[in-house]
Amino acid sequence: MDKSKKITSWTAIYVLWLREMKRFIRSRSRIFGMVGRPLFFLVFLGLGFKRIPVTFIPGGVDYLHFLVPGVIGMTMLFSSMFAGISVLWDREFGFLKEIMVAPVSRVSIVLGRMAGGTTTGVLQGIFILSVSLLLGFKITGAIPLIVSVIFMILISATFIGLGLIFASQMKDIQGFSIVMNFIILPLFFLSGALFPLENLPVWIRYFSYIDPLTYGVDGLRGALIGVSSLPILFDFIIIAGFAVLMVLAGAYLFEKSEAV
Amino acid sequence: MQTIEVENLTKQFNNLVAVDHISFSVKRGELFGLLGPNGAGKTTTINMLATLLRPTSGEAEVAGFDVTTNSDAARKNIGIVFQDPALDTRLTGWENLEFHAMLYGLCKEERRGRIREVLKLVELTDKASALVEHYSGGMKRRLEIARGLIHKPEVLFLDEPTLGLDAQTRRRIWDYLKKFNREGGVTIILTTHYMEEADYLCDRVAIIDYGKIVALGAPDKLKDVLGGDVVSLEVAGDVECLISLLKDLKWIKTIKKHDGNVSLTMEKADKRIPELINVAQKNGVQVMSVNLHKPSLEDVFLHFTGRTIREREATQTERSREQVRIWTKARR
Repeated sequence: MDKSKKITSWTAIYVLWLREMKRFIRSRSRIFGMVGRPLFFLVFLGLGFKRIPVTFIPGGVDYLHFLVPGVIGMTMLFSSMFAGISVLWDREFGFLKEIMVAPVSRVSIVLGRMAGGTTTGVLQGIFILSVSLLLGFKITGAIPLIVSVIFMILISATFIGLGLIFASQMKDIQGFSIVMNFIILPLFFLSGALFPLENLPVWIRYFSYIDPLTYGVDGLRGALIGVSSLPILFDFIIIAGFAVLMVLAGAYLFEKSEAV
Repeated sequence: MQTIEVENLTKQFNNLVAVDHISFSVKRGELFGLLGPNGAGKTTTINMLATLLRPTSGEAEVAGFDVTTNSDAARKNIGIVFQDPALDTRLTGWENLEFHAMLYGLCKEERRGRIREVLKLVELTDKASALVEHYSGGMKRRLEIARGLIHKPEVLFLDEPTLGLDAQTRRRIWDYLKKFNREGGVTIILTTHYMEEADYLCDRVAIIDYGKIVALGAPDKLKDVLGGDVVSLEVAGDVECLISLLKDLKWIKTIKKHDGNVSLTMEKADKRIPELINVAQKNGVQVMSVNLHKPSLEDVFLHFTGRTIREREATQTERSREQVRIWTKARR
């Protein structure tokens, strides 16, 4: 591969990322819609369960501290799945064709979308984290923050990949609500974002173990409040593995699907 | 030199053969039209030439590059305006153009210069900073044409460039296209189901029906096949006598009688009508009315397919409805 071709690919990634950023900043309704849901979960569950003892929370932390990493994981899940599936909107509005006839590699198109989706996802995660500070959440320093951002990026990459997989299998946006209700919500509830998984019946817990978000949320807990069910390094390896797998599968299927 | 070379190009979707072994070539600098009813396979052909669809079989070269084995090189040399708008409505006109220019690897200064140039060309300079969602249909189409030209492509594809536009905007777009083609030397390939569009714009036209090319040539040459203009005379008096007199006139190619009317085909009929009336009156036959019909591509289409393009579109709709019914049944 010659040098000029490589440069074009970087430009393509950059320009697709830039487009996501511009669209994100401009669509206030999308920002409110995206941040609103986790914000309500955070405020109402965080305050509502404050005085109710929840059993099996490890390490003697209160419910708010248990909840915040879960809600951040939720933010990443929803925004990233949406970023992946939004390929369908581009197909619906015809813009995908404009991208697909451009002389850039399909891989850089996927990477550009990943970069854009991850950035907007992490920005939302950090916003939720800031709000939780106002509610009384405490972070112990810069390193937990950095580690948590790394987990956010990995969760984001995983679910953008999964979103792309769904987008390449669906022809139009009609199927989106099915994905929303039967994929995204189960992934969310099974991850232990809202309650300790130890409270679930054993047979349901098996499903939790194949949910990538379980390890993402557990890793975020380990990073932010220093308490996790599994060793944080183990969480990291699993979610990183999921991320690589999903990105490759998503990119492969996206490349296979036809633009028209 | 041929800019586009298509050989036995075929695309099959499940059981439907959308494009059926078509072959044609387009010279550099030519304005070439694919004319046919909706569903004839025009868009599928364009999509294959633009590397968006993989041909089932056959070969196609654009600007010297094979569209399947060397698609990236082909992509660099083509601009395309799709049938449905393919703009990001959340971005401004300028941003849409800049996005495109960056994807095609233009550097910053070059980009600015080209964007200004093409905006001026389609007269959208003062609307460049407005979001595309506020554009009218005609403005969107003009912006897309501008976008297709930014990277100075060798070939510009346009899929139904004036579909759904008002007469004024249509005329304006025709003039742009002629200008780009004549002055910029861009090879243009467009699809249309408007006869007058193909007639007015194209150097050569391929008439396509059920995925096959049924006729190909310059509009005038295609019309010549029909034997010239048609004059219908409504007469009162001895028709048979008139016909026998007309038979002696060598410049009349065919004579047909139906009801009280006589239809004649000839070249340059507008110059011949006074003479016809003269002949009739001298022999005591009164001419009640004269109707001159210059052959259009519509007649050419009728000649080659046995149907007008509108009739053909009606059956096409029925056919696709039937197809959908079959698919939905199969799914259940």
